[in-house]
Amino acid sequence: MKILLNGEPAEVAAATLAAALDELGYGEGPFATALNRDFVPAGERPQTRLTEGDAIEIIAPMQGG
Amino acid sequence: MRIYDEILSSRLMLGTARYPSPEILQEAIVASGAEIVTVSLRREAAGERAGQKFWDIIRETGVRVLPNTAGCHSVREAVTTARMAREVFGTTLVKLEVIGDADTLQPDLFGLVEATRILTEDGFQVLAYTTEDLVAADRLVEAGCQVLMPWGSPIGSARGLNNVYGLRAMRARFPDLTLIVDAGIGVPSHAAQAMELGYDGVLLSSAVALAGDPVAMARAFKLSVEAGRIAFGADPLQPRDMAEPSTPLLGRAAFA
Repeated sequence: MKILLNGEPAEVAAATLAAALDELGYGEGPFATALNRDFVPAGERPQTRLTEGDAIEIIAPMQGG
Repeated sequence: MRIYDEILSSRLMLGTARYPSPEILQEAIVASGAEIVTVSLRREAAGERAGQKFWDIIRETGVRVLPNTAGCHSVREAVTTARMAREVFGTTLVKLEVIGDADTLQPDLFGLVEATRILTEDGFQVLAYTTEDLVAADRLVEAGCQVLMPWGSPIGSARGLNNVYGLRAMRARFPDLTLIVDAGIGVPSHAAQAMELGYDGVLLSSAVALAGDPVAMARAFKLSVEAGRIAFGADPLQPRDMAEPSTPLLGRAAFA
């Protein structure tokens, strides 16, 4: 199914957010996820189902001021 | 300096962005004596691992982190970013920025108050990036905020304290609240001035990161913050309009 990953078009077969992260190659790493602009805690990723056109954001630590 | 339940001995908080290298960032943190540094979040591609590398660098220094919501222009963005930061960094502290003006990066005080209320109810410990506006400060305190961070001047402008009267009024209005000047600090004398006004601390970033020698500048800020704090405690002389002889006139010889 077609999704938006960090604002870019992407294609995944996975049905859930957790499975999509595995499929896309995200490891354990420190990152947080949002689906359609709402935060999805790590513990809820396995139950969070994806549908066509969903927008996923994956953000990680960076330098800040 | 009290940050919610924690007492920090250093009154200088440091940003982590725009350093020439990770090594210089680490050295600057050590030289500054800062016990808390600001961090942020950004999009990461699969396999990039930049976030992990940066996080490892910060953890090596052993300092606490203060995630910010930099770049957020709405309550929703700021609240979502804060929740994501809490999970990633494992802290309920957040430097809450809700930006209202693209040119000055002035906070949107209305959005800031709303986001503070939402996040405080959600268990966050909010450090609000605000202005010296006293009414907004009242609302932020009512919303549960215990640390206010008024700007000295616009972020990255290095203009120092634009409104000394306003900052002094804010200190007088909230004598027991933790107040930290955030943004606009360019040189150590700006930081010393904020401390002489009785501010609890200063937060700065570019002034150190973009200096020709960030590590030396970090040390200069450490000393200026300490000097300013000691001066505040020593009850500084107040300015006056006319001269007052510093040498006693009693017993002066008469040659005229």
